[in-house]
Amino acid sequence: MAQTAFAPWDDPEAKPLIEFRHVTKRFGDFIAIDDLSLEIYEREFFALLGPSGCGKTTMMRMLAGFEPPSAGTILLSGQDIAPVPPNKRAVNMMFQSYALFPHLTVWDNIAFGLKRDKLPKEAIEARVAEMLKLTRLEKFARRKPHQISGGQRQRVALARSLAKAPKLLLLDEPLGALDKKLRQDTQFELMDIQEKTGTTFVIVTHDQEEAMTVASRVAVMDEGRLIQVDTPDRIYEYPNSVYVADFIGDVNIIEGHAEKSGDGYEVTFAEGQPKLRAKTANGLRGSGRCYLAIRPEKIAISSQEPQDAANAVRGVIDDIAYLGNLSTYYVRLDNGKIIKAQTANTRRIAKRDLTWEDSVWLSWTDTAAVVLEN
Amino acid sequence: MRRLLLISVPYLWLLALFLVPFFIVLKISLSDTALAIPPYTPTLDLGAGWAGLKGFFAELDLENFWFLTTDDLYWKAYLSSVWIALFSTLLTLIVGYPIAYGMAQAREEWRPTLMMLVILPFWTSFLIRVYSWMGILSQEGVLNQFLMWSGVISDPLMILNTNTAVYIGIVYTYLPFMILPIYAALEKLDISLIEAAEDLGCSRFQAFWLVTVPLSKNGIIAGCFLVFIPALGEFVIPSLLGGSQTLMIGKVLWEEFFNNRDWPVASAVAVILLLILIIPIILFQRNEQKQREAEG
Amino acid sequence: MRRFSWFNATSLTLGFAFLYMPMVILIIYSFNESKLVTVWAGFSTKWYGELLQNEAFLSAAWVTAKVAVASSTIATVLGTMAAYVLVRAGRFRGRTLFSGMIYAPLVMPEVITGLSLLLLFIGIGLDRGVMTIILAHTTFSMCYVSVVVSSRLVSFDRSLEEAALDLGCSPFEAFRLVTLPIIAPAVISGWLLAFTLSLDDLVIASFTSGPSATTLPIKIFSAVRLGVSPEINALSTIMIGIVTVGVITASLISKRASLRLQAEEQAAART
Repeated sequence: MAQTAFAPWDDPEAKPLIEFRHVTKRFGDFIAIDDLSLEIYEREFFALLGPSGCGKTTMMRMLAGFEPPSAGTILLSGQDIAPVPPNKRAVNMMFQSYALFPHLTVWDNIAFGLKRDKLPKEAIEARVAEMLKLTRLEKFARRKPHQISGGQRQRVALARSLAKAPKLLLLDEPLGALDKKLRQDTQFELMDIQEKTGTTFVIVTHDQEEAMTVASRVAVMDEGRLIQVDTPDRIYEYPNSVYVADFIGDVNIIEGHAEKSGDGYEVTFAEGQPKLRAKTANGLRGSGRCYLAIRPEKIAISSQEPQDAANAVRGVIDDIAYLGNLSTYYVRLDNGKIIKAQTANTRRIAKRDLTWEDSVWLSWTDTAAVVLEN
Repeated sequence: MRRLLLISVPYLWLLALFLVPFFIVLKISLSDTALAIPPYTPTLDLGAGWAGLKGFFAELDLENFWFLTTDDLYWKAYLSSVWIALFSTLLTLIVGYPIAYGMAQAREEWRPTLMMLVILPFWTSFLIRVYSWMGILSQEGVLNQFLMWSGVISDPLMILNTNTAVYIGIVYTYLPFMILPIYAALEKLDISLIEAAEDLGCSRFQAFWLVTVPLSKNGIIAGCFLVFIPALGEFVIPSLLGGSQTLMIGKVLWEEFFNNRDWPVASAVAVILLLILIIPIILFQRNEQKQREAEG
Repeated sequence: MRRFSWFNATSLTLGFAFLYMPMVILIIYSFNESKLVTVWAGFSTKWYGELLQNEAFLSAAWVTAKVAVASSTIATVLGTMAAYVLVRAGRFRGRTLFSGMIYAPLVMPEVITGLSLLLLFIGIGLDRGVMTIILAHTTFSMCYVSVVVSSRLVSFDRSLEEAALDLGCSPFEAFRLVTLPIIAPAVISGWLLAFTLSLDDLVIASFTSGPSATTLPIKIFSAVRLGVSPEINALSTIMIGIVTVGVITASLISKRASLRLQAEEQAAART
């Protein structure tokens, strides 16, 4: 869903909305955020992605004002926000638990922030009505939070945090509490609302599929550092490290020895196996140890040796995982290495000819694999 | 058969030692004082049969209750009991809420210790806890000595044997009853609700007033009833700390019974006290019921 | 991530000072040489000595101990039965009255409970003494026991009892072999509560005791009505000491038990 026209991060003229400058956050001895710099632009839907404990929630809480950075500065529209307390920031947050006030109705929850701004009564009513409409909650305005479903609560939380028209909306695992089906529908709803309101969204999630679906850019984090910040397609297709390749989606990692050859590399990975060819734009620092990352869906599986394939290896089907729309074949090479290959089940199962212990060929093009150091 | 036995043993015990005595109080409150043993008439003489029973009921009347309204000692005592209990409950809330709040904000590993520190006085004798204030509040007591030493006052304050001492005594002895339910409510409070309020533009005080207080409402109500109900019928505190002008109905009942040996009037006093108590008890039960439903 | 501010620290410090200061002062003055309780005249333990010489206090203490042990034990049995009835017996005729009679004594002013029991004892011609105090104390403390025990029974997994019945236990055996061991901590704390309530009670004991039986609270009350006395300070100190040691020991034991359970569960999870 990346919009080709919208890419302020590639524009050297664009002014970022948020800037982290060498920000560090310590809790006692524990370093939650380690000298991190990052720029987020207006109207972006930015995702912070990482395993629990990677520091993504701390980043968000620093933006909201609940945690001060231990070192470095955070700028919002070019101004240092360190001295601004949370209640004075033009930043609103949607909490993971939703944090809906149980003693107030849906209407009063949404109006809560507006009332703090001492807006006239009519203005509050109009804005709440607008928010209720946006989140399709008109019918539930008079209910208390415990009288509505989980999905509706999620929408109340969203409406409440959007009501004050913040410059920046923070969403902490906004869909974590919903079941899978509802989550998928809600993802599109979130994107829709983000587009309609033009608000900058920063979302924290550990669900890579969710990050890929909704975000204009994704930051993959680990142990308080940014590993890679890029658009979802680039994160997937051109991971900059084994960590990112492994964290996002399914991947085969083949360790080997790389030698420069033409516009790419030839990788020796096991004795008696052909060298693997891979083109790459960003060269390795030298020839030596490397890792090839190949997505399973980019590997073709066939019972006959394929013609003119850049890479082809032989193996035996060890296991088949049938997922409905896809099947994943676990193929054991002669040296014992297991390679995953995925095919779409476009035909009914009875018509497919591959089964356990069949000898098969795996093949992929020279652009399918990414060559990585470390 | 076993089930019947299981039910009937505690059932009969409570019938015999709780319900029946209560009806006896009711009956004696309708009888007349007499110089006899026991000091009231009529006594039920079952030997006289149906006529005796009829005569017995015929002699019961509301005279004692009428007497309570004619002597202003009694209604003043009821009013003053209600006032003292209300005022002390309010004071206990003012003292107890910050403590409960502090406990709920304390680090998790401290909380069991803080809880134990609140509960520990529960286990020590109520009488001793009230008594301990006598040495502090008396004219030559620790408090007056301290205040005179520090130069705040030049003449000792008269605190013991006044209503002030009664308020202090009630706040002190019933403080844990106030702290525990409020703490239980505050401890359950999700910190992200406070953060959400601040995120939406509340100052700390506004967040406290608009979110923390309403969400601890049930704890506050429970705590207030738990202090008010026993304080209303309190006897030990007014008789040890209060003065001769301290009027509380528990004390009046005691004196009516032990000093004046007027059993029928004492019983009438008790019946009225119970009638006054029924209102807050029912309200309390409703609050608890509502809370259980909200949680369930 | 809670915010513990100076305000919280101050209110906790002041609050606990208020809760404990009077008792600390009482304990300090129990070691005062002077008969005048408000003047400090040097350290002495003489009031403890005099207390041990005081026959009246000693015999009152003995009566109190007898009453407390007897009434709390009977109350624990009756209260546990009552709790079982409340939680497990299902519907029966008069259930509402029954639960009303369990909860009502908890909020009943002591003066009324005392008065009504006294009138009952006189009405049936029972001589007032140790026996009547035990009956009175049992009645109100069984209600406390049943509240404590029933709150534990509510969270008790009923399928454990059903498993016992399925494996051939009679209902009573199922209770004795399965239910009782599991709810034992609640039963014990119910007993302790009943015991302290009985030790503590002045008002109900005053109504229901006769000249032959005086309990310690009655004795203390009649002594302190006349003013502060150093002997009572010494007695209070002893009582506070016993309770403090008892409560701290009990909480340490239960904490050790829960820590051990935790450690054993962790060890089991590793294997």
